[in-house]
Amino acid sequence: MPNRRRALLILLLLALAALVSVAASLAVGSVPLGPAELLQALTGQDKGIAFEVVRSLRLPRALAGFACGGLLALAGALMQVLLKNPLADPYVLGVSGGASVGALFAMLFGLPLFVLHLGAFAGALISMLLVFGLAHGDGSWTQTRLLLTGVIVAAGAGALVALMLSVAPEQQLRGMLFWLMGDLSQAGSPWPALTVLALGLAAVLPFARDLGLLARGELPAQALGVPVARLRLMIYVLASLFTAVAVNSAGSIGFIGLIVPHMVRLVMRASAGNDQRLLLPASVLAGGTLLVVADTLARSLIAPQQLPVGVLTALIGVPAFLYLLSRQPR
Amino acid sequence: MKTITPTTLLRTRGLDVAVDGRTLVRGLDLTIEGGDTLAILGRNGSGKTTLLHTLAGLRPPSNGVIELCGKPYATHGPRAAARLRGLLAQAQTDAFPASVLETALIGRHPHLGRWAWEGLADEHIARDALTAVGLEGLENREVHTLSGGERQRLGIATLLTQLPLLYLLDEPLAHLDLAHQIAMLELARRYAAECQAGFVIVLHDMNLALRYCRRALLLFGDGRWQEGPSAEVLTAKSLSELYGHPLRELCDGDSRYFIAV
Repeated sequence: MPNRRRALLILLLLALAALVSVAASLAVGSVPLGPAELLQALTGQDKGIAFEVVRSLRLPRALAGFACGGLLALAGALMQVLLKNPLADPYVLGVSGGASVGALFAMLFGLPLFVLHLGAFAGALISMLLVFGLAHGDGSWTQTRLLLTGVIVAAGAGALVALMLSVAPEQQLRGMLFWLMGDLSQAGSPWPALTVLALGLAAVLPFARDLGLLARGELPAQALGVPVARLRLMIYVLASLFTAVAVNSAGSIGFIGLIVPHMVRLVMRASAGNDQRLLLPASVLAGGTLLVVADTLARSLIAPQQLPVGVLTALIGVPAFLYLLSRQPR
Repeated sequence: MKTITPTTLLRTRGLDVAVDGRTLVRGLDLTIEGGDTLAILGRNGSGKTTLLHTLAGLRPPSNGVIELCGKPYATHGPRAAARLRGLLAQAQTDAFPASVLETALIGRHPHLGRWAWEGLADEHIARDALTAVGLEGLENREVHTLSGGERQRLGIATLLTQLPLLYLLDEPLAHLDLAHQIAMLELARRYAAECQAGFVIVLHDMNLALRYCRRALLLFGDGRWQEGPSAEVLTAKSLSELYGHPLRELCDGDSRYFIAV
């Protein structure tokens, strides 16, 4: 069908945008690089300062940004299917709340970076198990129960975060605030997140049509042969893991998981509808691109001062989203 | 049209259906052959929907055996079962935007492999189904702009796109105007006769049940049930008891009608 060709074209354009955004983020900074210098630095022909800056600073950060953005957008798209709620985002079930508690706890006591990562990941997993265990308590596991449990656990984590911020010494406070708003400067190696993203997408795509049916309702999906209970458990575990990995390397970055799937839906509306086979990869590409662009701006707008990237994703994402929504015919 | 020998599509033996410990249907023995049309009638809360979901294999019975085309649901697995039986749920929900054609096309799901995309043949089946329920020309409309009756007919079209042998319909006439109610039941009768499909239809209109369904199943809500040819099962006496409201029978030539007193 021609519609599908148009949708694949959009996917291709998104992939191109992702490449351009990564290239731009490699070129922009305190040492601006032209296309020729960039190519030389990337291929290793010139082992000067450009090589150092690109290979050990900008490239890992750009890739980590892309991976985190992609993971958050994918997790958001999955959560929206799981909860059949367009307002769901990766953080709605308290995963990021738990991660924040773990990370801030490590920061509060000035523990080393790897403990911070460990704490964030442990916090995410604990809140995930807590929400699932409590919501599963009576065995029914309805989405209302899941949503309510998640929101309450997130609220509890929020209170713990506020408590830690209020008792934190002055010199830790800034780092803690930055972490809460999202910060890629501490991201570390991008490969774990990229690997999880690639494996995660590969795990989810075979079930894309099932997911599209699940988004339409459990009963019709079940009647059409979708193993609903198993699929919901899979989405829940995967989306929580994606979120935990993203939050772990970049802090809690807002808006991407909520806004990107909707933006993609609005752009692809005419050609792909709500087809998860296109929406999921498109969300990954768009989410990654958005975070790379936001992070490039965050570290260059008022350089050498860095801005929290979560603020930038919201500042770019909100007007773009509102524009797309207003363009949408009623 | 080649003649097909009737096959047993669905068979239950000693089926108990219970909700929260209350047994709504006890010991149901039911056989649906190809070409059968069966109406299920009963009061609100008498277990019609629960029974239909149980017959669809979506809910385990509290007792008894269900066989779809000679095998239990567990042996079929969900995908294979979905190629044999389809369910029209009572309410059609749309959390996310979609077009009419896309919504009809989801009926192809059990027929498509994991990596397959809907092809032209699938689209053809979906368009035919939309034509059969009178939704042709609305293929590109957004689902949420449809009226209640149109949305209901789209649900039926999705089921026709699924092309099962056994159709389980939960109040398919809800939201439909008179002409579409008749058209829907004519469609069921035609599919039953021509494709040797089986239809189990939850209905609230006993006159339509009498006219269009060969058999009727009355659920009294306390475990008791009565099943047989519509002309025998549907009487003023049985229906008055069923609904807890007196009914009278009127005759017009060969046709019988029931009205509430």
